Amino acid sequence: MPPQSIISRPVYGMLSPQPGREHLFVADAQGAEAILDMAAAAPDGFFAGAQIVYIPRDADPSLAERLKALSPAMFYEGPSVAAAMPRLRQTLATARMGLRVYLAGTEGLIGQAMQAALEAGIDHSSIQTEHRGSLARRVQCVHCKGITEDVTTQPVTCAHCGLLLFVRDHYSRRIAAFQGVCINAEDPSEIPPAEEAFR
Amino acid sequence: MGITFRQETFRDDFSFANSPEHIRRFPFPFHEDSYMYAVNIEPHVAGPKGSVLEHPIDVDEHYVSEMQDRALVLAEDPLRCQSLPHMTLAGWDLLELLMTAKAESYPEHFSLTRDGDRWHWVNRPLGIDDRFTFGDVATLPYGPMEYITRQSQGDFCLLDQRDGNLWMDAGIVTTQADWSLDFDIGMNFFEWHAPVPLAHEKGIFTRALKFLLNVQQGRPARRLNWTMTINPRLDTSPENYHKWGPDRTTVTPENVGHKVHLRVELQSFWRLPRSNGLVFPIRCYLISMDELVTSRKWARRLHRVIRDLPDEIAAYKGLTRYRATLIEWLSAHDDGAPTSPGFGPD
Repeated sequence: MPPQSIISRPVYGMLSPQPGREHLFVADAQGAEAILDMAAAAPDGFFAGAQIVYIPRDADPSLAERLKALSPAMFYEGPSVAAAMPRLRQTLATARMGLRVYLAGTEGLIGQAMQAALEAGIDHSSIQTEHRGSLARRVQCVHCKGITEDVTTQPVTCAHCGLLLFVRDHYSRRIAAFQGVCINAEDPSEIPPAEEAFR
Repeated sequence: MGITFRQETFRDDFSFANSPEHIRRFPFPFHEDSYMYAVNIEPHVAGPKGSVLEHPIDVDEHYVSEMQDRALVLAEDPLRCQSLPHMTLAGWDLLELLMTAKAESYPEHFSLTRDGDRWHWVNRPLGIDDRFTFGDVATLPYGPMEYITRQSQGDFCLLDQRDGNLWMDAGIVTTQADWSLDFDIGMNFFEWHAPVPLAHEKGIFTRALKFLLNVQQGRPARRLNWTMTINPRLDTSPENYHKWGPDRTTVTPENVGHKVHLRVELQSFWRLPRSNGLVFPIRCYLISMDELVTSRKWARRLHRVIRDLPDEIAAYKGLTRYRATLIEWLSAHDDGAPTSPGFGPD
């Protein structure tokens, strides 16, 4: 679990089987393990009404096989979160009332899938989340508005404008990103060393 | 009769200054010789004649130049003005509030004529004379919130009230003290205040929210907040921090008087009649140290406040780099004499 932080920072829980006929799982990397752990507690036939969207990233390939072995109604394996987003938005836009949403894996994955679900009108409190794996952050540069993915260091160089950013704990669900603010704006000659902070 | 509007700038050559009358009416935010966060909310009732509280919506000598600065900021960065789709009705509420308040308080400068939904608005200082249909967005050159707040000093946050919370769902923010509307839009009251140090632990925001949820129509409330700004710059946005941040390294004992400014926000809180939303106008007043120390009392008090400020608060307000220089300069204006109670300059 991430350490106690400020109020805008999302709080994650543990996936648990919810009542209902239709379930949408979105996971990346070690998020698969959260689904598998939950499956052990799920009633028989639970996955017959489930769709699983999975982005393995650099996780053990056997995880994808074990997810498939749950025999979900639909299983999609994608190469990246960005590649999976169009079909995820489509799925959410055409979802029927009562769809249960489960998000598991990195904060970046949970945040972006949450953002798509919110845009589709699903209330954030009705979405289950479980953080697994890397603490790498999605960071929006407050200056140029570009988003840098998979940030593990503090500070980090903005992938778009090149400013050296301090990664705040301040988080926007709408943007699905933490806020990055120039760390040496007052004196650009001060260049603090980047240290691994979000692993 | 009427206000003489100054032609001045808040960037580049920084020609902003206060007239002697405006120095005297400056909303000095310290009622005693120290400062700590508090829920310092009070009813927004009329204050003394000539003060910034005389009218519900204050218009002052900086009006025209501040509106020109806002237009420059919006041209550079349109994301400073945003409204989520469900906030249009609240925008009309705000337009009505500002037009009626201005026309009533400053009839020589503003007039509003209403014939049912057909409204005629005249803003003489800005040379605007528009007829439009209230409630019909197509009859205005901008959305209602943007239209009227391009003609109103201060930032404006339009809040939706639901689920026992307030949501920052629209706003125009070009004179902010270091927070980003673009990042915070859509957040609830606790989320957008998340970065403020110490105040959460003290329960400040829980009590403030409880108060704000109960603000009644026709009974607005207000509070003062403050920070400091180097040069009279209105746009101290995080977006442009890498452009204005270096100003903080330029403070020397010789230039404190004209470079360092006390920046006071008069925040007021109004219930909106149709949308049941709230609007927070956040009005910014600037005063240079040279101007401020023309009041002996303010000079003594500000010295003591800055000197004794907890380090976390000084850091959050961005004072750390020049605080020692400022305290040294202010100390020359503090003879140790007692100060009178209250905010006034004596």
